[in-house]
Amino acid sequence: MGIFTTALSTLRDVLPIAVIIFGFQFLVIRRPIANLKRVLAGFVYVLIGLTLFLEGLEQALFPLGRLMAEQLTDPAFIFGSLDNMTSVVHWADYYWVYLFAFAIGFSTTVAEPSLLAVAIKANQVSGGAIGIWGLRIAVALGVAIGIALGSFRIVTGYPLHYFIIAGYLVVVIQTIFAPRLIIPLAYDSGGVTTSTVTVPLVAALGLGLAETVPGRSTLIDGFGLIAFASLFPIITVMAYAQLSEYTARRQRRKTAQ
Amino acid sequence: MMTSVLQPLARSMMDSFRDLLPIILVIGFFQLVVLQQPIPDLFDLLFGTLLVVLGLTFFVFGLEMGLFPIGESMARAFASKGSVTWLLLFAFALGFGTTVAEPALIAISKEAATVAAEGGMIANDKAVMTRYAVNLRLTVAVSVGLAIVIGVFRILKGWPIQYFIVVGYILVVIMTWFAPRSIIGIAYDSGGVTTSTITVPLVTALGVGLANSIQGRNPMIDGFGLIAFASLTPMIFVMAFGILVH
Repeated sequence: MGIFTTALSTLRDVLPIAVIIFGFQFLVIRRPIANLKRVLAGFVYVLIGLTLFLEGLEQALFPLGRLMAEQLTDPAFIFGSLDNMTSVVHWADYYWVYLFAFAIGFSTTVAEPSLLAVAIKANQVSGGAIGIWGLRIAVALGVAIGIALGSFRIVTGYPLHYFIIAGYLVVVIQTIFAPRLIIPLAYDSGGVTTSTVTVPLVAALGLGLAETVPGRSTLIDGFGLIAFASLFPIITVMAYAQLSEYTARRQRRKTAQ
Repeated sequence: MMTSVLQPLARSMMDSFRDLLPIILVIGFFQLVVLQQPIPDLFDLLFGTLLVVLGLTFFVFGLEMGLFPIGESMARAFASKGSVTWLLLFAFALGFGTTVAEPALIAISKEAATVAAEGGMIANDKAVMTRYAVNLRLTVAVSVGLAIVIGVFRILKGWPIQYFIVVGYILVVIMTWFAPRSIIGIAYDSGGVTTSTITVPLVTALGVGLANSIQGRNPMIDGFGLIAFASLTPMIFVMAFGILVH
């Protein structure tokens, strides 16, 4: 039963895109699509793939992940028992939460299909210079750091925009020094990280924290984790490129000597 | 014959499984070691994991067969047709059309309406809240449409992306100053939720295809960057929406 609802909602996602593409193709471009059968089969594969993917996540990993986020943020777990809880919490008490945020941010990003798509494309376009795994791990590290820091922010209650503006400054400074070829891809990697796998689990974590940390409101503090998860990959991807450029240069200098 | 089909299939299923392994390890570790609880419904878990692995495998096949080729062939067709107006119209339609029905966006705009109502910024009444949510959704969809238009125009002109992004960041910072506090978190998050799993490969292929078909453009420097625009403009537009409404 559930799989049909998932299939239907995936179809609803694909439908507007298909209408726009085929509408423009037939009305404006007015040229037959090359390998039409293959392309249509491709669309069907994407549909089947996303349906199975989402249904499987919903059956296996999401319920457990959500439950886990709830249990880890539960004051009864963090303080051993509710009697030990103080009205003002110390941020360091939440170390398991930060660790979980980091690990779940990293692992969900590695499995994110849209990031995989961009990594495949970047690998093709760069002629193999950008590794699929290198890019994915750089982005996943960024998301992991972002979500851990975002959890820290919810626990401490510091204003969201201070962190984001500071992140922007880092991005702008890195842009000046990073290799030019990586810059557009780095900017893109901020937007591709947060889709099907990451958002549901991360939202559960943010909500759990904002609900249970004293003095936080779910409505104001529950938001913002996704913003962190889309900012930090920009920084780590540029750092990855800077690092590879630096080691390549050192290598060259060594061989020159 | 059979092995020539099965071998790549088996290999890509192994790849998909490897992609999924970190999540399994993380959840297993926290459940068994940190929370010290048994794994409930082991069978469901294994079956679900199998579905996810199959799904990811199908998705990657479909990507290479359908989404990438159609994105690039449309980019080539528009480039050879030479009609900038139609191309920009297509860009807008693609951005707007894929965003307006995005489930994550629908969910977040509903929550935003609740925030606004509880904060006393709009009347706590069902009709008012629904209208607020719909308007917010349209705002984001228009902003993504415009983002793809600006991004495509940038590819045509070959302008460096960093100037646009820096100006965008400055706008975000200025808007943050004036926007009502309760909308800032939603605005910042809305940048991340707009780009779905189907939009991303399509838009990426479109950008790279365009950069490939225009002389003097480098697909690495000019082809990427469309997604970046699509995650920046919603922040600016949602904060503008917040300032106008409140």
